[in-house]
Amino acid sequence: MIHPVVGTFLQNSDFLDVLYIIAFSLFIQGLRGLSGPTTAVRGNRIAAVGMAIAVIATLLQTGEGNWGLIVLGVALGTAVGVPAARQVKMTAMPQMVALFNGVGGGAVFLIAWAEFRDYGSSYSGVPSYVAIFSVFAAIVGSVSFWGSNIAFGKLQEIIPGRPISFGSAQQIVNLVLLILALAAGIDLITGAHSQAIFIGMLLVAALLGNAVVLPIGGADMPVVISLLNAFTGLSAAATGIALDNTALIVAGMIVGASGSILTNLMATAMNRSIPSIVAGGFGGGGVVEGAEGAGAHGGTVRSTSAADAAIQLAYASRVMIVPGYGMAVAQAQHAVRELTKELEARQVEVSYAIHPVAGRMPGHMNVLLAEADVPYDQLKEMDDANPEFQRTDVSLVIGANDVTNPAAKNTPSSPIYGMPILEVADSRSVIVIKRSMNPGFAGIENELYFDPKTAMLFGDAKSAVSEITAELAQI
Amino acid sequence: MILASTLTTNLAILVLAGFIGFVVISKVPNTLHTPLMSGTNAIHGIVLLGGLLIVGFSGGGTFNKVILVIAIAFGTINVVGGFLVTDRMLEMFKSRPKSEAKDGAPEAPDGKAGGS
Repeated sequence: MIHPVVGTFLQNSDFLDVLYIIAFSLFIQGLRGLSGPTTAVRGNRIAAVGMAIAVIATLLQTGEGNWGLIVLGVALGTAVGVPAARQVKMTAMPQMVALFNGVGGGAVFLIAWAEFRDYGSSYSGVPSYVAIFSVFAAIVGSVSFWGSNIAFGKLQEIIPGRPISFGSAQQIVNLVLLILALAAGIDLITGAHSQAIFIGMLLVAALLGNAVVLPIGGADMPVVISLLNAFTGLSAAATGIALDNTALIVAGMIVGASGSILTNLMATAMNRSIPSIVAGGFGGGGVVEGAEGAGAHGGTVRSTSAADAAIQLAYASRVMIVPGYGMAVAQAQHAVRELTKELEARQVEVSYAIHPVAGRMPGHMNVLLAEADVPYDQLKEMDDANPEFQRTDVSLVIGANDVTNPAAKNTPSSPIYGMPILEVADSRSVIVIKRSMNPGFAGIENELYFDPKTAMLFGDAKSAVSEITAELAQI
Repeated sequence: MILASTLTTNLAILVLAGFIGFVVISKVPNTLHTPLMSGTNAIHGIVLLGGLLIVGFSGGGTFNKVILVIAIAFGTINVVGGFLVTDRMLEMFKSRPKSEAKDGAPEAPDGKAGGS
């Protein structure tokens, strides 16, 4: 027998199909817009219009059934989603995206579960392809839901950002969980009549989501979120095939494909391979080694004052500002902009060096600096910025750590070895604004701080920058 | 027969959509990675439709209704929150076009943002 959803859809499909075609054309057009800087705002809105059309088309065909429940669900979702999206700080964007991705995955596995119960807790009466795609959606949706929530917890620092794992047994644990989930899935596809097995499958997939993401270090989180985003897309496409819904298939698959590409682009920017990220343990053993390495340096750290930093900057002719997560946390972007204006008034040439993964997400710094009206042409991407450091008098590092760590170039044993960095150490002198000597998000000590030409200015990024600006005004 | 052709048609759509996804996102500047991730994230909230369809046609018992209402709420959060957050991120880029933004002129040449 055909599921009632499928049946009725086939009966009155032409008009609604046209609406769906319009909707997914708008998604594609919107995504094209999103991949270019001048068209991005419009692209996002075009995609949103597509979504509205898809929802309306769907409501048209749901007929008379259960309007109250639909309104309740949509109202609940709006009441939670709108304020969350409106009020979230720009610094917390990455975890917000993780959370939104997670609920998407949650919707996928809940739908698969409800569908299974609708069939009478067995797939024996439905075509086997429906069973296969439903089971796929349930497993992947559950993994994505739990994985995204862990990623959210790590970025929000509810869960420690450092890798948590079973050590060398991790791979085996993951593999066993995967096999268990697949075994339950196959049992269901071949006609097992048991809701307990379905729930068991969801639980094992939930454990798998936890087990995969917990061992991954915080620095890799953006890539993980992007990967889970692609997963949710694929599971939505599978739901589409199970329900015979074109809009779901196209939108889900486009996200699955573009999400995979995006994940790969991000991983490349960090010189990490996706398998090695998923295999986990970034910084697991390396934390300790790195710390010992720096200790063995026997190097000393030189600290400086805002007044000294101001003098150093005032008499420079070229200054490069290197922003990082510390600037984001302290909301220091406006203070940084003020400092830049003050320096420019003194004929100092200022530009900003932006590492592709500075902050906790690619593009994070650009968003914040754009908010503070920093002219776009002052922002230099890594490849343009690196040759400039040799001609730079003072590099002002504001809350950036791992992306400036020379260990990525010099220390093959370092967990971040091979990651492209901003070559801050090439400039004539370096001022680092940092709250303390604690290692960064990746948990690795930074040799740069022990470099004789580096001076540390300890303090909150915003107040430190404001102090420098105030001192500058008095010179 | 009919079922088989539905499946193959849908598989064809699936494969073609995959290629479109690859092509559309082939080259994106680093700056736009985060908004793009967030935008695609909003789009997979389309799974909301699945919840609407099932609840609209059957709904089943009370427990099923509870599951589906949660699913619809989750899907709505994904869609609404996703698009809004993306829009907020992109707002930040608005004053930035190459056209020599004069410090005083708030919304000069490219005022085609539309309502919101």
